[in-house]
Amino acid sequence: MADDAGRVLIVGAGQAGATAAALLRQYGWTGSITLVGAEAASPYQRPPLSKAWLAGTATDADLRLRAPGFYAEQRIDLRTGVRVEAIDRAGRAAILADGTRLPYDRLILATGCAPRRLALPGMDLPGVLELRTQDDATRLRAALSPGARLAVIGGGYVGLEVAATAVRLGLAVTVIEREARLLARVASPELAAYIHAAHAAAGVAIRLSADVASLDGAGLDGAALDGAGDRVAGVRLGDGTVVACDATLVGVGAVPCDALARGCDLACDNGIVVDAACRTDDPAIQAIGDCTRRPLPLYATTGRLESVPNATEQAKQAAAALCGRPPPPPEVPWFWSDQYDLRIQIAGLPVGAVPRIVRQTAGAFSVAHLDAGDRLVTIETVNAVTDFAAGRMIIGRRRRLDPARLADPACPLAQTMLPE
Amino acid sequence: MPKVTYIEHDGTPHAIDVPVGLSVMRGAVDNNVPGIDADCGGECACATCHVYVDEAWLAKLPPQGEQETSMLGFAATAQPNSRLSCQIEMTAALDGLVVRMPESQH
Ligand SMILES: Cc1cc2nc3c(=O)[nH]c(=O)nc-3n(C[C@H](O)[C@H](O)[C@H](O)COP(=O)(O)OP(=O)(O)OC[C@H]3O[C@@H](n4cnc5c(N)ncnc54)[C@H](O)[C@@H]3O)c2cc1C
Ligand code: FES
Repeated sequence: MADDAGRVLIVGAGQAGATAAALLRQYGWTGSITLVGAEAASPYQRPPLSKAWLAGTATDADLRLRAPGFYAEQRIDLRTGVRVEAIDRAGRAAILADGTRLPYDRLILATGCAPRRLALPGMDLPGVLELRTQDDATRLRAALSPGARLAVIGGGYVGLEVAATAVRLGLAVTVIEREARLLARVASPELAAYIHAAHAAAGVAIRLSADVASLDGAGLDGAALDGAGDRVAGVRLGDGTVVACDATLVGVGAVPCDALARGCDLACDNGIVVDAACRTDDPAIQAIGDCTRRPLPLYATTGRLESVPNATEQAKQAAAALCGRPPPPPEVPWFWSDQYDLRIQIAGLPVGAVPRIVRQTAGAFSVAHLDAGDRLVTIETVNAVTDFAAGRMIIGRRRRLDPARLADPACPLAQTMLPE
Repeated sequence: MPKVTYIEHDGTPHAIDVPVGLSVMRGAVDNNVPGIDADCGGECACATCHVYVDEAWLAKLPPQGEQETSMLGFAATAQPNSRLSCQIEMTAALDGLVVRMPESQH
């Protein structure tokens, strides 16, 4: 039963947490809302950190999720720079490092992800960078001086966005990827090849099937020292070659911040396990955003998604459940990435080896993934917004497509639908 | 400051001062006006900032870009007077603008 006068405590003031706080007020929650975040900054958007903000074309003000006075006006008690150390489920309180207890009636965990760390010699050298927070991005931006050499470890979306931004700023960029292709876990081979070609054309060097052995530093005399030295000077690969660099970005994925949940024995399985209303196995605790493993009703499975649309969808689900509103309609998962002049938009989830049909015209590219019944399950698009928008609609309606018509890029996607 | 009136699907109006240079989407988000999700933060990538623009104002708005037209083409609730509010930048000339929200952004 809804109890819209209780105390809500939200831990994690990122995309998901800040959105949930705002929606609770929109949906009429009258009780107190406390939003605690470990970062010093007010809630902000991360996507520009590897795109426009990194390139210097977006300002700090552009990053903010809400206007500065928003939280006070909405009676949201925003406490930045405050880290929760533990949850006392029996006593219904979050505990800070100094022992302060923040009591709650309802708790929402929105703790996000942290960059995956590689256990390699030299990881702690100055100049070895990662990218999750605005502080990280500030350090990275300082390293992007024209003419400098940047090594990017990991050919995922964040690494490739940074590579695109850096090469356009005039750096010499090398992307080092362990798998045999870019975006191995998150994109089809066809899309990966298309993006690979764009990076190669822009002058990014790409090393595939390359294991990193260590990060090498240079001593004061410039001599290379394995895993030691004053500053990173190269990335040593498994085959012994060294990619010389002035800075290294490690972008090898992210791990869910589920320490609080584990610490109080909530079920976790690569993410805090939640249901369609974002409830954990404690009825007083919900979890939302990058830190959760959630149901994916369209795909009859569960998974952990790292995207802004996922964070906002779960914020809606959680706030609606707390306020006793009907659940929001399920959304088709989607994601976007910008690299060079490529606007990449993906709807649906790449779900393993299914038949794929490529649609390509001058400047536009898309890959349609069909299931055994010719239903569209995923559409990956590059500068093909019509295919993206139509595809997202078609996936949500579970419609079957005519593969022959689909193969003709001149045939609009919506006109490839077969009668129901 | 120019004013925008946002009207929720159920008819509830919100008259909001929106600074020149910000988008109509920002004006709603910064004031917690219900009915605009703005998942992509104004990148014209999500179509969850969809509004209907009062006829009288439609011609005074900057024209739609190709990206906006395509995104709107498949919004379930699109009408001829649909716009993406992140693509409408506030100017003094838009003082008094009225926009209505669709029943749902998805
Ligand atoms: C560089 C970059 C580019 C991206 N680009 C895109 C993109 O183009 N499109 C897209 O859809 N998504 C993109 N993403 C992903 C997107 O930003 C995330 O999915 C989104 O931020 C998730 O929101 P969240 O609230 O779950 O986590 P976060 O936004 O990470 O927020 C979690 C917050 O919780 C805080 N926290 C954690 N533990 C505690 C604790 N114990 N006490 C207090 N606070 C705590 C953290 O400090 C953090 O501020 C990008 C991410 C990065 C890093
Ligand atoms: S905010 Fe995403 S399209 Fe307008």
